[in-house]
Amino acid sequence: MKKSELLHAYYLMRLARGFEARVAEQYLKGRIGGFCHLYSGEEAVAVGAMWHLRKEDYVIGSYRDHAYYLIRGGDPRRAMAELFGHEDGCCKGKGGSMHLFDRGINFLGGYAIVAGMCPIAAGLAKAAAYRKEDRVVVCFFGDGATNQGVYHEALNMASLYKLPVVWVCENNYYAIGTSVPRSSARESLAAKATAYDMPVSTVDGMDFLKMQSAAGRAVAAARAGKGPSFIEAKCYRYRGHSMSDPGTYRSKEEVEYWKSRDPLPHLKRIIQDDFEAGEEEFAAIDARVARELDEAVRFAEAGRELPPEKRLEDVYAE
Amino acid sequence: MPKITYREAVNQALFEEMHRDSSIIVFGEDVAEYEGSFKVTRGLLKEFGPERVFDTPISEAAIVGTAIGAALGGLRPAAELMTVNFAYVAMDQILNHLAVMRYMFGGQAALPVTLRMPGGGGHQLGAQHSHSLEVHFVHTPGLKVLCPATPADAKGLLKAALRDAGPVIFLEHEGLYNLAGEVPAEMEPARIGEAQVLRPGRDVTVVGYGAMTHAALAAAALLEAENVGAEVIDLRSLRPWDKAAVLESVARTHRAVVVEEPPPVCGIAAEVAVNIYENIFDELDAPVERVSGADAPMPYAKNLEQACIPRAEDVAAAARRALGR
Ligand SMILES: Cc1ncc(C[n+]2csc(CCOP(=O)(O)OP(=O)(O)O)c2C)c(N)n1
Ligand SMILES: [Mg+2]
Repeated sequence: MKKSELLHAYYLMRLARGFEARVAEQYLKGRIGGFCHLYSGEEAVAVGAMWHLRKEDYVIGSYRDHAYYLIRGGDPRRAMAELFGHEDGCCKGKGGSMHLFDRGINFLGGYAIVAGMCPIAAGLAKAAAYRKEDRVVVCFFGDGATNQGVYHEALNMASLYKLPVVWVCENNYYAIGTSVPRSSARESLAAKATAYDMPVSTVDGMDFLKMQSAAGRAVAAARAGKGPSFIEAKCYRYRGHSMSDPGTYRSKEEVEYWKSRDPLPHLKRIIQDDFEAGEEEFAAIDARVARELDEAVRFAEAGRELPPEKRLEDVYAE
Repeated sequence: MPKITYREAVNQALFEEMHRDSSIIVFGEDVAEYEGSFKVTRGLLKEFGPERVFDTPISEAAIVGTAIGAALGGLRPAAELMTVNFAYVAMDQILNHLAVMRYMFGGQAALPVTLRMPGGGGHQLGAQHSHSLEVHFVHTPGLKVLCPATPADAKGLLKAALRDAGPVIFLEHEGLYNLAGEVPAEMEPARIGEAQVLRPGRDVTVVGYGAMTHAALAAAALLEAENVGAEVIDLRSLRPWDKAAVLESVARTHRAVVVEEPPPVCGIAAEVAVNIYENIFDELDAPVERVSGADAPMPYAKNLEQACIPRAEDVAAAARRALGR
C-alpha cells in the first residue's frame, strides 16, 4: 500500500475516534439523548472492511453506526446534527444515534434490532445481482447477533443464492454484559459460520492491514460472483456497551490490554517504519480532524428540531 | 407502609414467589449476572442460583419457545424480554404457539408462562425501541395482558401472574421504574381483570393504564382547578379488562375519555369506547374521547417524541371537549 493510502486510513480512524469523543462530550451535556453506542477501539475493523469498496457498493450495519457513516464518506456535520435531533441531520432528527442513513453515500442504515439488518443485506445483494449491477454489500454486526435466528436464515440464503455479501462480524467479546463463551455454543464465530459453506476467516480487528487484506479477498470474491464470505474481526470496544452502561463486567486489566493494542498507534508505527513519515504529518491529520469535528459540533449547535407537526410526515410516500 | 419503587416491587414479587414455588425459573438476556438491563432482577442469581436464574443468548424467539417447553414440562417460567420491542422477534412463538396451544390441544396444554417485558416511549430511543405492544397481545385470544401503573400493582399483579394458569404478558413501563409508592410488605396477589378507581369524580370518567394512568391523574388535577371532577380509572389488566367498572362509572358521569400510549387505530381506547357505545349509549352526553399516541413510528428528536405521547394537557383538553367547554 502507498504511504498516502495508509495516511488516509489513519485519518479515517482518527476521524471516527475523534467523533466519538465529541459525541460523549455532547451526550454528557444533554444535547444527545437516547441510546448511544460508541465505536471507539473498533475503528480498524470498519476502515479495513470498507477499504476496497467503490462508491456504488452498499454498507449496512448495527446501531453502533457513527463510524460506518463517517468512513463511508458521510458528512460529520449531518451526523452530529442527527444526534442532536435536528432537521438538518442525515435523517431529519427522526433517526438519532442508532439510525444514521444516507443514500448519497450508499450507507443504508444503522439498525437497532440485533441482526435485523442481516436479511436486508442479503436482499440488497439480490437486487444488485438481479439488476446486473456491479455492487457488493458489506454488512456489520456484533458477536451477539450470531445467536439470532434471522442471522442464520440470512447467511443461509445469501450462500444458497451466491449473493455478493461480505459479512463482517465485530467480535468484541461481549453483547452488553454477556461474553461470547457464555452465549455461543461455538466460541469461534467463524467456525459457526462454516455451516453455510462459504469462505470464513478470523482476523485481528485491531490491525488495519490485516482487516483490509481479508476484506480485499472477500470483496473480490463477491464481485467475481462467487457469493458471500464471512470475516470474524476480533476487536474490543473501549467503552461500555452504550453511554448508559458502566461496563463493570470487564476487568480493568482486560480493557488496558486491549488499549495497549490500539489500532491507531499501531498503524502509525507501521507507516513510520515503512516510510519516511515525520510527526508533523500525523499532527496535520490530527489538526484536520479537530477542525472538521469543531465544525460538526458548531453546525449541530446552530441547528434546530423539525416543527412538531412534521412528526406525521414520512410515514407514507405521499 | 413501606415505600418502594416500581422496580423494587417487581423484584420483590419475583423473590417472594420464587421462594414460595420452586418451579419458577427466570431467564432472559442479561438477567442473571448483569441483573437485568433495568436492574429489575437484582439479587436473583445470588439467591436462587444458576439453575433457576440464567442468562440467554440474544435469541428472543427461542427464549419464548423455551419458556413454552419448560411450562409443558412442568415448570413455571418467568422469562424476561429485555424490552417489549424485541418481542417482535418472538411474535411467532408468542402469538402462534403460546397463545393458541391450550385451545388447539383441546385444553390439555397448561402453559403457566409469564413473559415480563419493559416498554413504552419517552426516552428518545427512536422508532425501533419505543413501542407499546399491548394492542398486539390484547388482540390475541389465549393471552392475559397486565399493565401495572403503580408499585403496589407491579407487585400484586406479578404475584398473580406467577400463580396464574397463564400465559400472562406482563408489561412494565420503563418510565415508571423509579416511581415510588406504598407497597405492603406482606401482600396477596392482586385479582387479574379488576380495574381500580384511583380518584373519584362526578363529571367525567378518564380511563387509563400503565404510564397513561399517570397522565390521567395529572389531568384530573388540572381539571379540579377548573371545578371539574374527573373520575380516574386505572384498568391495570387489559385482557381481561374490567368492563363493568368502566360502564358503571360512565353511566354516572355520562362522559368518557380513554387514554392510551400506542397509535389509535384498532386500539385499546377504541375497544373501550365501542363497549361504552354498545352498552350504555343512552347514558352518554357526549361522544367518547380518545387520546392516543401519534399515528406514526416514534421519532428520535425530543420535541417530536414529546408531541407523539399523550400528555396530561391533552387528556384535560379531551375532557373539556367532552364537557362542551
Ligand atoms: C432483538 C434484540 N434483542 C436485544 C436487543 C438489546 N441489545 C442491544 S445491543 C445488544 C448486544 C449486542 O451485542 P453484539 O451483537 O455483540 O454487538 P455489540 O453491541 O457488542 O457491538 C443487545 C442485547 C436488541 N437491540 N435487539
Ligand atoms: Mg459484541
